[in-house]
Amino acid sequence: METKLMKGNEALAEAAIQAGCDAYFGYPITPQSEVLEYLAREIPKYNTKEHIRVVLQAESEIASINMVYGAAGAGFRAMTSSSSPGISLMQEGISYIAGAELPCLIVNVNRAGPGLGTIQPGQGDYFQATKGGGHGDYKLIVLAPSSVQEMADFVFLGFDLADKYRNPVMILSDGAIGQMMEKVTFGNYTVHKTEKPWATTGKPESRGRNYITSLHIQPEKLEEHNLKLIEKYKEIEKNEVRYEEIMTEDAEYIFVAYGLSARICHKAAIMAREKGIKAGMFRPITLFPYPSERLSELADKAKLFLTVELNAGQMVEDVRLAVNGKISVEFYGRLGGMVPNPEEIVNKLENLISKENVS
Amino acid sequence: MSAEELTITEKSDKSISAETDTLNATGISCAEDEYSVVYERPHTLLDVNMHYCPGCAHSLVHKLIMEAVEELGIQENTIGVAPVGCAVFAYDYMDVDMQEAAHGRATAVATGIKRLMPDKYVFTYQGDGDLAAIGIAETIHTINRGENIMIVFINNAVYGMTSGQMAPTTLVGMKTTTSPFGRDTSVYGFPIKVSELISQLPGSFYVTRQAVNKNTAVRKTKKAILNALNYQKLNKGTCFIEIIGNCPSNWKMTPVESNNFIDEQMVKTFPLGDVKLPSAEDLKQLNQTGDKQPC
Repeated sequence: METKLMKGNEALAEAAIQAGCDAYFGYPITPQSEVLEYLAREIPKYNTKEHIRVVLQAESEIASINMVYGAAGAGFRAMTSSSSPGISLMQEGISYIAGAELPCLIVNVNRAGPGLGTIQPGQGDYFQATKGGGHGDYKLIVLAPSSVQEMADFVFLGFDLADKYRNPVMILSDGAIGQMMEKVTFGNYTVHKTEKPWATTGKPESRGRNYITSLHIQPEKLEEHNLKLIEKYKEIEKNEVRYEEIMTEDAEYIFVAYGLSARICHKAAIMAREKGIKAGMFRPITLFPYPSERLSELADKAKLFLTVELNAGQMVEDVRLAVNGKISVEFYGRLGGMVPNPEEIVNKLENLISKENVS
Repeated sequence: MSAEELTITEKSDKSISAETDTLNATGISCAEDEYSVVYERPHTLLDVNMHYCPGCAHSLVHKLIMEAVEELGIQENTIGVAPVGCAVFAYDYMDVDMQEAAHGRATAVATGIKRLMPDKYVFTYQGDGDLAAIGIAETIHTINRGENIMIVFINNAVYGMTSGQMAPTTLVGMKTTTSPFGRDTSVYGFPIKVSELISQLPGSFYVTRQAVNKNTAVRKTKKAILNALNYQKLNKGTCFIEIIGNCPSNWKMTPVESNNFIDEQMVKTFPLGDVKLPSAEDLKQLNQTGDKQPC
């Protein structure tokens, strides 16, 4: 066990090495360039004849994600990372990877948009990450870290889930979690190796050829493939939901937030308690699969949910779907890279409570 | 069956048997086991019907690549990357492990494969729209990095699969569905000469432009493919084989006319021959590896 003080992006990069990442392909973009820089410096130290490990700066995010496709298709643990505009460029490749069922890890250190936006933290890519992002019906497994420790932990978890389900996994972080420094402990994980008999490693006489494709030209075949994917996503929803609850046991008012917003809401919940408000916080860790069931249960006891996001209101739609009208689900968001402080969130809650009491 | 038909059948059977007798009499035997096989489909090419139009160059080039793989004995160690375009189903025909890439991204996919398995033989198979339009950035950067792969580039001057639109390599004045009055250079510029372009990059090791429209051309193309695969052992850079293909369907010609069109028109813009050759010293190293040179 080793504890270090590290930036979120660097902790993620170090975890990639420790999690047995064979190949990293990336392109510089703020606020995540430290991942590429760290790996460009560190991976060569681990590259041996017996275990070839690759780090390559590609000519674009489009090339990066397609290099990931090639390496993952050949059975290797491959990953890339970028920030919002770069992740948009990767969507074509991500759709192909999901269609071809290739396990890999994609990291989005979310900045504010749309367009070039700014380099400050944002959560405006929630829809893109959880609803597909590219063309066609598919899902990524989406993990949302809210600490530097989780930036590291979710790399191990992400690679394992990717291999287990032959599905791309996205770590949806943000500019603040990526850039801030915290202590992080390594050494809690075992690296799991998964057999990949489907990989294109060269066809020996003992088997037929392996090929990786997302093309099913006959509609009957494609529908069959689509249904198979849906079955897989259902299985993931059954097994892999993860979340964290803070002071929800007796909470009447629950903040629902992920990533950076959840850190702020945690503090807001403590401040609200000090004011005598029975507040708590619910933090989805997996954004897909979404912890709808647990939210629905909590809605049986709570009076109101306040969803807090760094966007114009995206995850709040999933909260409302989960709650299905049982209680009021309100929203508070900041945009453009602006980050709320806990006081303004408590104020928002107090306003909502007083309105509730008036009506 | 009527009596009359029966009679005819009997009659024709008799006549065939009479012919066979004549053949036997001349010493030519029809018994199968007495034939000796002088040429056959390579075992690395799957025995299935291809979807290509009659007379199209693709099926022939597929066969040449697979012949080369068989002759070099590298089926177990070869991984191909198919494009988006007419050759999108290449993995249905070639009996090697393959990956189907997104449009234009084949060389990036091949980079991902080759970097992790440097001892394998990796090739991409791409058309002109795929390689020279949407994928030109990947093409140039892959070659600039000197990725140790073979790129087979089929240049038939049109988008074939989407049925005959203008490609980056469409000849000046050539009519396509999106240049119905002929390619106008004031609007669309000139056909890209990819081989000449990428031969400027130090990462390219062997660059050649060939065709498959007649026997001599086919033999030269086969030799180029054998060379390119063999050169991967040297780890000296990218081997690039441009093949001027025909597209009878979209050129609206018969296969013969389309093959003639290559000699009469295509080669004026895209002259055949080697554009960049390895040095004698590099080839000496190849001989030192102990493998016999295919050519």
